Amino acid sequence: MDQTKQKILMGNEAIGRGVVEAGCTLTASYPGTPASEILASVVNFSRETEIKMHIEWSVNEKVAYEVALANSYTGKRSAVAMKQVGLNVASDPFMRSAYLGVKGGFVVIVADDPGPHSSQTEQDSRLFALSAKIPVFDPASPREAKEMVRKAFELSEKYEIPVMLRSTTRICHARQNVPCLPPERLERTADFEKDPGRWVATPQFLYDLHHRLNDKIDKILEEEDFSPLLIPGDGSLSKYCIISSGVAFAHTCDLLEDMKFSGKIDLFQVTMPYPLNKKFIRKINSGYKKILVIEETYPVIEMQLTNPEINGRNSKLIPNQGELTPDIIQDVLKKFLELPLEAGASPEQIKGKRPTLCPGCPHRAAFYAIKETFPEGIFPSDIGCYTLGMNLGAVDTCHCMGACISQGAGFYHAYAQDNGKFPTIAVTIGDSTFFHAGIPGLINAVFQKARFIVVILDNSTTAMTGNQPTPEVGIMADGTRGTPVLIPDLVKACGVRFLKECDPYDLETFTSYLKEADQYCRSEDGGVAVIISKHPCVLDKEAMKAQPVYSMRITEDCTGCEYCLNNFECPALVSDSDGERVIIDQNICIGCGVCQHVCPVGAIIAEGGGKK
Amino acid sequence: MKQQIIVSGIGGQGVLFLTRLFAQAAVEEGLDVLTSETHGMAMRGGTVVSHLKVGPFKSPLIRMGQCDVGLFINASNLDIYRNFIRPGGRSFVNTDISGEYYNIDATGLAKECGSLLVTNLVLLGYAVKEGNLFCDEGVMETIIRKSSQPDRIEMNLKGFKAGVSRN
Repeated sequence: MDQTKQKILMGNEAIGRGVVEAGCTLTASYPGTPASEILASVVNFSRETEIKMHIEWSVNEKVAYEVALANSYTGKRSAVAMKQVGLNVASDPFMRSAYLGVKGGFVVIVADDPGPHSSQTEQDSRLFALSAKIPVFDPASPREAKEMVRKAFELSEKYEIPVMLRSTTRICHARQNVPCLPPERLERTADFEKDPGRWVATPQFLYDLHHRLNDKIDKILEEEDFSPLLIPGDGSLSKYCIISSGVAFAHTCDLLEDMKFSGKIDLFQVTMPYPLNKKFIRKINSGYKKILVIEETYPVIEMQLTNPEINGRNSKLIPNQGELTPDIIQDVLKKFLELPLEAGASPEQIKGKRPTLCPGCPHRAAFYAIKETFPEGIFPSDIGCYTLGMNLGAVDTCHCMGACISQGAGFYHAYAQDNGKFPTIAVTIGDSTFFHAGIPGLINAVFQKARFIVVILDNSTTAMTGNQPTPEVGIMADGTRGTPVLIPDLVKACGVRFLKECDPYDLETFTSYLKEADQYCRSEDGGVAVIISKHPCVLDKEAMKAQPVYSMRITEDCTGCEYCLNNFECPALVSDSDGERVIIDQNICIGCGVCQHVCPVGAIIAEGGGKK
Repeated sequence: MKQQIIVSGIGGQGVLFLTRLFAQAAVEEGLDVLTSETHGMAMRGGTVVSHLKVGPFKSPLIRMGQCDVGLFINASNLDIYRNFIRPGGRSFVNTDISGEYYNIDATGLAKECGSLLVTNLVLLGYAVKEGNLFCDEGVMETIIRKSSQPDRIEMNLKGFKAGVSRN
């Protein structure tokens, strides 16, 4: 192994490195697990190799896609990165970009989350690529992911078509020693060639563009470089073959070796699951009697093989939901190869400690106040750390980015039409989510005369995914200053006439604003009330320096009622060993002081309050 | 050389840092390495686990009963991931309660070192000493020097050595 050019890279870092090495000049993204680290890697490697690139955290994936697309129109290479549900948001430009095509290489990096580990669906983006008629690569390791970024750019440029690189959690968050090359320097200048029949493409042009797209796909599926790779067997199992792609291929390789079947059975790695090579389809269907397809997460390869005899998802040999872990694939291989199954070998469902808001998290204070003030309220919420408000009983729904505000309006209309009476509806949405998809919902709710409270949980960051900056903070992806866009300005511009801002650590004031907001919703000319709950994320070390730190203790008065444990749910509040009293875990308490207001008998005491 | 290791704890205990140290050590030894990490919501105080495979592997995940060495920064995770350890494999657990594993009060020793943040490194030190691992103390010490933030190097080494020299 040549150590000099090897770096240990996470899959997402390897992808970012690949983007920089390919001479890309614009990368845009919106953070979301498991894709979040890609853009930061592009920032780091472009800086390290002194490559000039515009890199941005866009406000959402649709915007990211469109920004990157226009850069490609000028002949330059572009990349856009997102998680699988981000592609749902970007689906509008995604679908049309297949028809219109691109100029400079355009790579759509999408990270799927089989399991799912950190997502609201486990959808397969390769199926999305198929329905858009966009070629897709499926890497089996970080090393391969980096290599495929380069190939994707080349294929994209050759056929003037967007190309998707579909990664999955296990590739994104795997680390491997990866060889690194110096970046390609393409030295292209922006040159947008006007072509209204293509870039404006009114319906009359689309028949022809669709025809051209179909021709491109027909040629791409003949490309030998992207046809499935065969690791041949020794002929002892000549009627059998296994077809796999992505990380499932990697698991299968290691398993076959452990089971002493390596080199005995024909094993195909599909590197481009769509469009599937036509010769390959013929070869599989005519050459083998027992065929096993192992892929995540939907039967995309299987579907294109159009052979009802295939062993896979459709035959129910492989479960139709969940991640294909090595333990699951082991059972599948044994059944396929007709080997005895070990008793009790099936993996247990792994449970553990549930995640929780950090000690001192400002969201906890806000949720506590909301739940205390409106015990009978309905609480739509959204996607971010604050979904964990469900642990406090203050989150009743979570659907997709920005949905909470529209759902708040829907709940209002549903109740109000019955007899005019409606429960308090208190919506919670994070600052980054508000920028992403909350604004249209807010405009709509105001316009449609809905009456509910929106609490914008503004912690000045995108915390869940690794503290990426928001437009309000005004720091761009590369660390330079952008032009800040302020949330209060946006709220007012959406037509909201009740707006308050408050630090949720100040429970008393925050609660009084909640009550005031509820009165406003119910007043004669009331409507949507917005409260901005403003306090920095406790993971922001700089911001924490400015925060007073209290020394917390619990007095003898504690009755062990556990009200604080059940209703405030701070990890720093724990039962003592006998379960008779509550104690403070001083190792993790950050001294925010909020819990002193929570104890019904006043047994939690805050002292001091100096700064760090 | 083929070795499979898991590192487990709860979000914030430094599981990812140990995983990276092991991975760097493997490259330092000229070995191929693959790791798999937990990211996302679980990092907010939930149960996290890293898989680490040293040698010619393709898959980043470890199967049940295949793991050579397990490091448990949070003792209660042993119940969750015990099944990964192969018969004859070694588990290193941060606890003062003895059992069918190598136990060390890493939290206590870290406190004595002056920083609970090195709990993970105390456990690492003990595992490197007793785990029959692919790398020795000297290599790991070099990697800790290279991979720690400058102001944390001395404290991290102190924690690591406290684990190594445990009787």
